[in-house]
Amino acid sequence: MKVRLSIPEPEGLSAGHLACQGCGATLAMRYALKGLGPDTVLVIPACCWTILAGPAPLLSTGVNVVHSPFPCAAAVAAGVRHGLLARGKASTCVVAWAGDGGTFDIGLQALSGAAERGEDILYVCYDNEAYMNTGIQRSGGTPAGAWTMTTPEGSALPKKDLDAIVEAHHPAYLATATPAYAEDMVRKFKKARGLTGFRFIRVLAPCPPGWKYEPEETVRLSRLAVQTGLFPLYEREGGAFRLNVPVAKRRPVTEFLSRQGRFRRLGADGETALQARVDAAWAALPGRT
Amino acid sequence: MPRLDEDPFLTPPILTGGRPMSANKTRDWRSVRPVLHAEKCTGCMLCWKFCPEACVSVQGERPLIHLDWCKGCAICVAECPAGALTLAEEEAP
Ligand SMILES: Cc1ncc(C[n+]2csc(CCOP(=O)(O)OP(=O)(O)O)c2C)c(N)n1
Ligand code: SF4
Ligand code: SF4
Ligand code: SF4
Ligand SMILES: [Mg+2]
Repeated sequence: MKVRLSIPEPEGLSAGHLACQGCGATLAMRYALKGLGPDTVLVIPACCWTILAGPAPLLSTGVNVVHSPFPCAAAVAAGVRHGLLARGKASTCVVAWAGDGGTFDIGLQALSGAAERGEDILYVCYDNEAYMNTGIQRSGGTPAGAWTMTTPEGSALPKKDLDAIVEAHHPAYLATATPAYAEDMVRKFKKARGLTGFRFIRVLAPCPPGWKYEPEETVRLSRLAVQTGLFPLYEREGGAFRLNVPVAKRRPVTEFLSRQGRFRRLGADGETALQARVDAAWAALPGRT
Repeated sequence: MPRLDEDPFLTPPILTGGRPMSANKTRDWRSVRPVLHAEKCTGCMLCWKFCPEACVSVQGERPLIHLDWCKGCAICVAECPAGALTLAEEEAP
Protein backbone atom coordinates (compact mmCIF):
# COMPACT_ATOMS: atom_id res chain seq x y z
CA MET A 1 0.00 0.00 0.00
CA LYS A 2 1.11 3.51 -0.63
CA VAL A 3 0.28 6.41 1.68
CA ARG A 4 -1.72 9.41 0.51
CA LEU A 5 0.40 12.54 0.32
CA SER A 6 -1.02 16.02 0.86
CA ILE A 7 1.27 17.62 -1.75
CA PRO A 8 2.61 16.20 -5.05
CA GLU A 9 5.44 13.69 -4.73
CA PRO A 10 7.68 14.66 -7.71
CA GLU A 11 10.57 16.89 -6.64
CA GLY A 12 12.09 19.75 -8.62
CA LEU A 13 14.48 20.63 -5.80
CA SER A 14 17.44 18.28 -5.58
CA ALA A 15 19.24 17.34 -2.40
CA GLY A 16 22.83 18.52 -2.17
CA HIS A 17 21.99 22.20 -2.49
CA LEU A 18 24.00 24.74 -0.51
CA ALA A 19 21.45 26.19 1.93
CA CYS A 20 22.05 26.40 5.69
CA GLN A 21 20.45 23.71 7.83
CA GLY A 22 16.70 24.35 8.17
CA CYS A 23 16.51 27.08 5.50
CA GLY A 24 12.92 28.26 5.03
CA ALA A 25 13.68 29.75 1.60
CA THR A 26 14.65 26.25 0.43
CA LEU A 27 11.39 24.73 1.65
CA ALA A 28 9.67 27.60 -0.18
CA MET A 29 11.40 26.66 -3.45
CA ARG A 30 10.62 22.99 -2.93
CA TYR A 31 6.88 23.66 -2.65
CA ALA A 32 6.88 26.32 -5.38
CA LEU A 33 8.40 23.85 -7.86
CA LYS A 34 5.78 21.27 -6.92
CA GLY A 35 3.07 23.74 -7.83
CA LEU A 36 4.77 25.16 -10.93
CA GLY A 37 5.95 21.94 -12.57
CA PRO A 38 8.92 21.43 -14.93
CA ASP A 39 7.81 23.83 -17.70
CA THR A 40 9.15 26.80 -15.75
CA VAL A 41 12.05 29.28 -15.95
CA LEU A 42 13.33 31.09 -12.87
CA VAL A 43 14.90 34.54 -12.95
CA ILE A 44 16.94 35.06 -9.80
CA PRO A 45 18.63 38.34 -8.82
CA ALA A 46 21.47 38.52 -6.29
CA CYS A 47 20.27 36.79 -3.09
CA CYS A 48 20.81 33.55 -1.17
CA TRP A 49 19.11 31.65 -3.98
CA THR A 50 21.85 32.76 -6.40
CA ILE A 51 24.10 30.45 -4.41
CA LEU A 52 21.55 27.77 -3.59
CA ALA A 53 20.81 27.17 -7.28
CA GLY A 54 24.33 25.74 -7.50
CA PRO A 55 27.55 26.35 -9.44
CA ALA A 56 26.93 25.80 -13.20
CA PRO A 57 26.52 23.32 -14.74
CA LEU A 58 25.12 21.78 -11.55
CA LEU A 59 21.65 22.98 -10.62
CA SER A 60 19.38 22.33 -7.66
CA THR A 61 16.08 23.54 -9.11
CA GLY A 62 15.48 21.08 -11.95
CA VAL A 63 14.36 24.01 -14.14
CA ASN A 64 16.49 26.58 -15.95
CA VAL A 65 17.68 29.61 -14.01
CA VAL A 66 18.56 33.01 -15.45
CA HIS A 67 20.72 34.94 -13.00
CA SER A 68 19.91 38.65 -13.15
CA PRO A 69 21.52 41.76 -11.70
CA PHE A 70 20.11 42.83 -8.35
CA PRO A 71 17.66 45.61 -9.35
CA CYS A 72 15.96 44.08 -12.36
CA ALA A 73 14.52 40.59 -11.79
CA ALA A 74 11.06 41.71 -12.92
CA ALA A 75 12.41 43.40 -16.09
CA VAL A 76 14.55 40.38 -17.02
CA ALA A 77 11.62 38.03 -16.35
CA ALA A 78 9.40 40.15 -18.61
CA GLY A 79 12.07 39.98 -21.33
CA VAL A 80 12.39 36.21 -21.00
CA ARG A 81 8.61 35.91 -21.28
CA HIS A 82 8.53 38.01 -24.46
CA GLY A 83 11.42 36.01 -25.89
CA LEU A 84 9.65 32.71 -25.20
CA LEU A 85 6.44 34.05 -26.76
CA ALA A 86 8.39 35.09 -29.88
CA ARG A 87 9.61 31.50 -30.10
CA GLY A 88 6.09 30.14 -29.67
CA LYS A 89 6.68 28.78 -26.18
CA ALA A 90 3.63 30.24 -24.50
CA SER A 91 3.25 27.35 -22.04
CA THR A 92 6.46 28.09 -20.11
CA CYS A 93 5.82 29.92 -16.85
CA VAL A 94 8.38 32.66 -16.18
CA VAL A 95 9.00 33.30 -12.51
CA ALA A 96 11.02 36.10 -10.95
CA TRP A 97 12.32 34.70 -7.64
CA ALA A 98 13.80 37.41 -5.43
CA GLY A 99 14.58 38.08 -1.78
CA ASP A 100 13.10 40.90 0.27
CA GLY A 101 16.12 43.14 -0.35
CA GLY A 102 15.73 42.55 -4.09
CA THR A 103 12.01 43.30 -3.87
CA PHE A 104 11.13 45.79 -1.09
CA ASP A 105 14.18 47.96 -1.87
CA ILE A 106 16.46 47.37 -4.81
CA GLY A 107 14.10 45.73 -7.31
CA LEU A 108 11.05 47.83 -6.49
CA GLN A 109 11.21 50.06 -9.55
CA ALA A 110 11.46 47.14 -11.99
CA LEU A 111 8.71 45.34 -10.08
CA SER A 112 6.45 48.38 -10.30
CA GLY A 113 7.12 48.79 -14.02
CA ALA A 114 6.37 45.15 -14.82
CA ALA A 115 3.22 45.19 -12.66
CA GLU A 116 2.05 48.42 -14.25
CA ARG A 117 2.51 47.01 -17.77
CA GLY A 118 0.71 43.83 -16.75
CA GLU A 119 3.64 41.65 -17.81
CA ASP A 120 2.71 37.99 -17.99
CA ILE A 121 5.02 36.80 -15.22
CA LEU A 122 4.80 35.45 -11.68
CA TYR A 123 6.89 37.51 -9.26
CA VAL A 124 7.81 35.74 -6.04
CA CYS A 125 9.40 37.46 -3.07
CA TYR A 126 10.78 35.03 -0.51
CA ASP A 127 10.84 37.29 2.48
CA ASN A 128 13.41 36.39 5.14
CA GLU A 129 13.25 39.95 6.41
CA ALA A 130 16.86 41.08 5.82
CA TYR A 131 19.78 40.95 3.39
CA MET A 132 20.86 37.50 4.53
CA ASN A 133 23.35 36.45 1.88
CA THR A 134 25.69 39.32 2.73
CA GLY A 135 25.47 38.75 6.47
CA ILE A 136 22.12 40.04 7.80
CA GLN A 137 21.66 43.75 7.02
CA ARG A 138 18.33 45.52 7.51
CA SER A 139 15.99 45.77 4.49
CA GLY A 140 12.60 47.38 3.98
CA GLY A 141 11.22 43.95 4.88
CA THR A 142 12.84 43.90 8.34
CA PRO A 143 10.20 44.25 11.07
CA ALA A 144 10.38 46.90 13.78
CA GLY A 145 12.48 45.85 16.74
CA ALA A 146 14.48 43.18 14.91
CA TRP A 147 18.22 42.97 15.39
CA THR A 148 20.35 42.94 12.24
CA MET A 149 24.05 43.78 11.72
CA THR A 150 23.01 47.33 10.76
CA THR A 151 20.38 47.68 13.50
CA PRO A 152 22.28 46.43 16.57
CA GLU A 153 19.72 47.99 18.93
CA GLY A 154 16.75 46.65 16.95
CA SER A 155 15.28 48.30 13.86
CA ALA A 156 13.49 51.56 14.61
CA LEU A 157 11.59 51.48 11.32
CA PRO A 158 8.41 49.52 10.61
CA LYS A 159 8.24 46.83 7.92
CA LYS A 160 7.23 48.30 4.58
CA ASP A 161 3.72 47.27 3.47
CA LEU A 162 4.84 45.77 0.19
CA ASP A 163 1.58 43.89 -0.43
CA ALA A 164 -0.30 47.21 -0.42
CA ILE A 165 2.21 48.68 -2.89
CA VAL A 166 1.75 45.73 -5.25
CA GLU A 167 -2.01 45.76 -4.70
CA ALA A 168 -2.10 49.38 -5.89
CA HIS A 169 -0.96 48.09 -9.32
CA HIS A 170 -4.09 45.90 -9.59
CA PRO A 171 -2.26 42.61 -10.29
CA ALA A 172 -4.12 39.62 -11.71
CA TYR A 173 -3.24 37.67 -8.55
CA LEU A 174 -1.65 38.47 -5.20
CA ALA A 175 -1.10 35.99 -2.38
CA THR A 176 0.90 35.30 0.74
CA ALA A 177 2.30 31.89 1.64
CA THR A 178 4.65 30.22 4.13
CA PRO A 179 6.16 26.71 4.32
CA ALA A 180 4.25 25.45 7.40
CA TYR A 181 1.11 25.61 5.24
CA ALA A 182 2.61 23.57 2.42
CA GLU A 183 -0.71 22.54 0.87
CA ASP A 184 -1.89 26.16 0.73
CA MET A 185 1.42 27.15 -0.80
CA VAL A 186 1.45 24.47 -3.51
CA ARG A 187 -2.15 25.31 -4.38
CA LYS A 188 -1.33 29.00 -4.74
CA PHE A 189 1.64 28.37 -7.04
CA LYS A 190 -0.43 26.02 -9.16
CA LYS A 191 -3.21 28.57 -9.34
CA ALA A 192 -0.87 31.48 -10.16
CA ARG A 193 0.70 29.36 -12.90
CA GLY A 194 -2.67 28.93 -14.58
CA LEU A 195 -3.49 32.65 -14.62
CA THR A 196 -2.42 35.28 -17.14
CA GLY A 197 -0.99 38.71 -16.40
CA PHE A 198 1.08 40.00 -13.51
CA ARG A 199 0.96 37.70 -10.51
CA PHE A 200 2.66 38.17 -7.16
CA ILE A 201 3.29 35.86 -4.20
CA ARG A 202 5.14 36.85 -1.03
CA VAL A 203 6.47 33.92 0.97
CA LEU A 204 7.53 34.36 4.58
CA ALA A 205 10.72 32.27 4.79
CA PRO A 206 12.25 31.80 8.26
CA CYS A 207 16.06 31.91 8.28
CA PRO A 208 17.87 30.28 11.24
CA PRO A 209 21.11 32.32 11.19
CA GLY A 210 19.35 35.59 10.35
CA TRP A 211 16.54 35.28 12.88
CA LYS A 212 18.82 33.62 15.43
CA TYR A 213 17.05 30.37 16.26
CA GLU A 214 17.80 26.65 16.05
CA PRO A 215 17.18 25.13 12.56
CA GLU A 216 14.58 22.64 13.85
CA GLU A 217 12.23 25.59 14.62
CA THR A 218 11.76 26.70 11.00
CA VAL A 219 8.37 25.09 10.40
CA ARG A 220 7.18 25.93 13.92
CA LEU A 221 8.02 29.63 13.44
CA SER A 222 6.41 29.67 10.01
CA ARG A 223 3.25 28.24 11.61
CA LEU A 224 3.38 30.64 14.57
CA ALA A 225 3.69 33.64 12.25
CA VAL A 226 0.29 32.68 10.85
CA GLN A 227 -1.30 31.62 14.13
CA THR A 228 -0.31 34.87 15.89
CA GLY A 229 -1.82 36.89 13.04
CA LEU A 230 1.56 38.47 12.22
CA PHE A 231 1.51 36.94 8.75
CA PRO A 232 -2.06 36.43 7.48
CA LEU A 233 -2.42 33.90 4.67
CA TYR A 234 -4.61 35.45 2.02
CA GLU A 235 -5.08 35.76 -1.71
CA ARG A 236 -6.63 38.32 -3.95
CA GLU A 237 -7.76 37.34 -7.43
CA GLY A 238 -9.02 40.19 -9.55
CA GLY A 239 -11.08 42.18 -7.05
CA ALA A 240 -11.87 39.40 -4.61
CA PHE A 241 -10.02 39.11 -1.28
CA ARG A 242 -9.99 35.80 0.57
CA LEU A 243 -8.47 35.03 3.97
CA ASN A 244 -7.25 31.45 3.56
CA VAL A 245 -6.50 30.65 7.21
CA PRO A 246 -8.98 32.57 9.38
CA VAL A 247 -7.29 31.66 12.78
CA ALA A 248 -10.28 31.73 15.13
CA LYS A 249 -8.12 32.12 18.25
CA ARG A 250 -4.91 34.01 17.57
CA ARG A 251 -1.89 33.17 19.72
CA PRO A 252 -0.05 36.03 21.46
CA VAL A 253 2.80 37.42 19.35
CA THR A 254 5.26 36.76 22.16
CA GLU A 255 5.12 33.04 21.27
CA PHE A 256 6.63 33.93 17.90
CA LEU A 257 9.04 36.60 19.16
CA SER A 258 10.49 34.83 22.19
CA ARG A 259 11.81 31.93 20.10
CA GLN A 260 14.10 34.23 18.09
CA GLY A 261 17.32 35.90 19.21
CA ARG A 262 16.75 38.82 16.82
CA PHE A 263 13.92 40.12 19.05
CA ARG A 264 15.85 39.77 22.30
CA ARG A 265 16.14 43.54 22.76
CA LEU A 266 12.48 44.23 22.06
CA GLY A 267 11.41 44.14 25.74
CA ALA A 268 7.93 43.98 27.22
CA ASP A 269 6.91 47.43 25.96
CA GLY A 270 8.02 46.59 22.44
CA GLU A 271 6.04 43.34 22.53
CA THR A 272 2.91 45.09 23.80
CA ALA A 273 3.19 47.71 21.07
CA LEU A 274 3.63 45.02 18.41
CA GLN A 275 0.66 43.06 19.76
CA ALA A 276 -1.47 46.21 19.45
CA ARG A 277 -0.31 46.75 15.86
CA VAL A 278 -1.08 43.14 14.93
CA ASP A 279 -4.53 43.38 16.56
CA ALA A 280 -5.32 46.54 14.58
CA ALA A 281 -4.02 45.11 11.30
CA TRP A 282 -5.99 41.91 11.86
CA ALA A 283 -9.19 43.84 12.55
CA ALA A 284 -8.68 45.77 9.30
CA LEU A 285 -8.14 42.61 7.22
CA PRO A 286 -11.73 41.95 6.07
CA GLY A 287 -11.83 45.56 4.87
CA ARG A 288 -9.01 44.79 2.48
CA THR A 289 -11.47 44.09 -0.31
CA MET B 1 8.16 41.30 -35.86
CA PRO B 2 11.27 39.22 -36.58
CA ARG B 3 10.94 35.65 -35.40
CA LEU B 4 13.87 34.20 -33.50
CA ASP B 5 12.76 30.80 -34.80
CA GLU B 6 14.15 31.69 -38.23
CA ASP B 7 17.62 32.30 -36.86
CA PRO B 8 19.97 29.42 -36.14
CA PHE B 9 20.78 28.96 -32.47
CA LEU B 10 24.30 30.11 -31.73
CA THR B 11 24.26 28.49 -28.32
CA PRO B 12 22.32 25.36 -27.47
CA PRO B 13 19.61 25.63 -24.83
CA ILE B 14 21.18 24.76 -21.50
CA LEU B 15 19.89 21.38 -20.46
CA THR B 16 20.12 21.03 -16.74
CA GLY B 17 18.09 17.98 -15.88
CA GLY B 18 21.07 15.65 -15.95
CA ARG B 19 23.29 17.67 -13.63
CA PRO B 20 21.45 18.02 -10.33
CA MET B 21 23.16 19.28 -7.19
CA SER B 22 22.67 15.83 -5.66
CA ALA B 23 26.17 15.10 -6.96
CA ASN B 24 27.12 17.12 -3.88
CA LYS B 25 26.81 14.96 -0.76
CA THR B 26 26.10 17.12 2.27
CA ARG B 27 26.21 14.40 4.94
CA ASP B 28 29.34 15.83 6.58
CA TRP B 29 27.48 19.07 7.37
CA ARG B 30 25.65 17.46 10.27
CA SER B 31 26.56 16.86 13.88
CA VAL B 32 23.35 14.94 14.70
CA ARG B 33 21.27 12.53 12.63
CA PRO B 34 17.63 11.49 12.79
CA VAL B 35 16.90 7.88 13.74
CA LEU B 36 13.58 6.29 12.79
CA HIS B 37 11.80 4.04 15.28
CA ALA B 38 9.61 2.16 12.82
CA GLU B 39 7.35 0.64 15.49
CA LYS B 40 6.10 4.14 16.44
CA CYS B 41 5.81 5.49 12.89
CA THR B 42 2.26 6.03 11.61
CA GLY B 43 3.33 6.79 8.04
CA CYS B 44 1.92 10.33 8.13
CA MET B 45 4.88 11.54 6.01
CA LEU B 46 5.18 14.92 7.72
CA CYS B 47 8.94 14.26 7.89
CA TRP B 48 8.94 13.85 4.10
CA LYS B 49 6.80 16.95 3.66
CA PHE B 50 8.92 19.30 5.75
CA CYS B 51 12.49 18.22 4.90
CA PRO B 52 14.31 21.23 3.36
CA GLU B 53 16.87 18.92 1.77
CA ALA B 54 14.26 16.81 -0.04
CA CYS B 55 16.28 13.86 1.26
CA VAL B 56 13.37 11.86 2.68
CA SER B 57 11.56 9.60 0.23
CA VAL B 58 8.34 7.64 0.50
CA GLN B 59 8.88 3.88 0.57
CA GLY B 60 5.46 2.25 0.66
CA GLU B 61 4.06 3.26 4.04
CA ARG B 62 7.33 4.43 5.62
CA PRO B 63 9.73 7.31 5.12
CA LEU B 64 13.31 6.58 4.09
CA ILE B 65 15.88 9.17 5.15
CA HIS B 66 18.80 9.38 2.75
CA LEU B 67 21.67 10.10 5.12
CA ASP B 68 24.10 10.97 2.31
CA TRP B 69 22.36 14.36 2.11
CA CYS B 70 20.70 14.87 5.52
CA LYS B 71 22.17 17.99 7.15
CA GLY B 72 20.75 17.17 10.59
CA CYS B 73 18.50 20.22 10.86
CA ALA B 74 16.09 18.14 13.00
CA ILE B 75 12.94 19.66 11.50
CA CYS B 76 11.65 16.13 10.87
CA VAL B 77 12.23 15.26 14.54
CA ALA B 78 10.49 18.45 15.72
CA GLU B 79 7.51 17.94 13.41
CA CYS B 80 6.97 14.17 13.84
CA PRO B 81 3.68 13.91 15.74
CA ALA B 82 4.28 10.31 16.82
CA GLY B 83 7.70 10.69 18.47
CA ALA B 84 9.02 8.15 15.97
CA LEU B 85 12.19 10.13 15.24
CA THR B 86 14.99 10.84 17.69
CA LEU B 87 18.41 12.43 17.32
CA ALA B 88 21.73 10.63 17.62
CA GLU B 89 25.08 12.40 17.90
CA GLU B 90 27.49 11.92 15.02
CA GLU B 91 31.01 11.07 16.03
CA ALA B 92 33.77 13.48 15.12
CA PRO B 93 35.69 12.21 12.08
C1 LIG C 1 24.01 45.88 -7.12
C2 LIG C 1 24.41 44.94 -6.04
N1 LIG C 1 24.52 45.40 -4.77
C3 LIG C 1 24.86 44.55 -3.77
C4 LIG C 1 25.11 43.23 -4.03
C5 LIG C 1 25.50 42.32 -2.89
N2 LIG C 1 24.45 41.40 -2.49
C6 LIG C 1 24.32 40.16 -2.98
S1 LIG C 1 23.11 39.24 -2.29
C7 LIG C 1 22.69 40.54 -1.27
C8 LIG C 1 21.60 40.37 -0.25
C9 LIG C 1 20.27 40.12 -0.85
O1 LIG C 1 19.25 40.21 0.12
P1 LIG C 1 17.81 39.67 -0.21
O2 LIG C 1 17.35 40.17 -1.51
O3 LIG C 1 16.92 39.94 0.96
O4 LIG C 1 18.02 38.09 -0.38
P2 LIG C 1 18.61 37.09 0.75
O5 LIG C 1 20.09 37.14 0.63
O6 LIG C 1 18.12 37.56 2.07
O7 LIG C 1 18.09 35.75 0.40
C10 LIG C 1 23.52 41.65 -1.49
C11 LIG C 1 23.44 42.91 -0.74
C12 LIG C 1 24.98 42.79 -5.38
N3 LIG C 1 25.20 41.50 -5.70
N4 LIG C 1 24.65 43.66 -6.36
S1 SF4 D 1 21.11 32.65 5.26
FE1 SF4 D 1 18.97 32.13 5.65
S2 SF4 D 1 17.92 32.29 3.65
FE2 SF4 D 1 20.14 32.22 3.27
S3 SF4 D 1 20.57 30.02 2.91
FE3 SF4 D 1 20.93 30.41 5.10
S4 SF4 D 1 18.96 29.92 6.07
FE4 SF4 D 1 18.55 30.16 3.87
S1 SF4 E 1 17.25 16.21 9.90
FE1 SF4 E 1 16.61 17.80 8.45
S2 SF4 E 1 17.77 17.30 6.60
FE2 SF4 E 1 17.81 15.47 7.87
S3 SF4 E 1 16.04 14.28 7.18
FE3 SF4 E 1 15.36 15.49 8.93
S4 SF4 E 1 14.45 17.33 7.99
FE4 SF4 E 1 15.74 16.33 6.42
S1 SF4 F 1 6.63 12.19 10.77
FE1 SF4 F 1 7.02 10.54 12.23
S2 SF4 F 1 5.18 9.27 12.21
FE2 SF4 F 1 5.09 10.58 10.40
S3 SF4 F 1 6.02 9.30 8.78
FE3 SF4 F 1 7.68 10.55 9.64
S4 SF4 F 1 8.57 9.26 11.24
FE4 SF4 F 1 6.59 8.36 10.73
MG1 LIG G 1 16.35 38.60 2.44
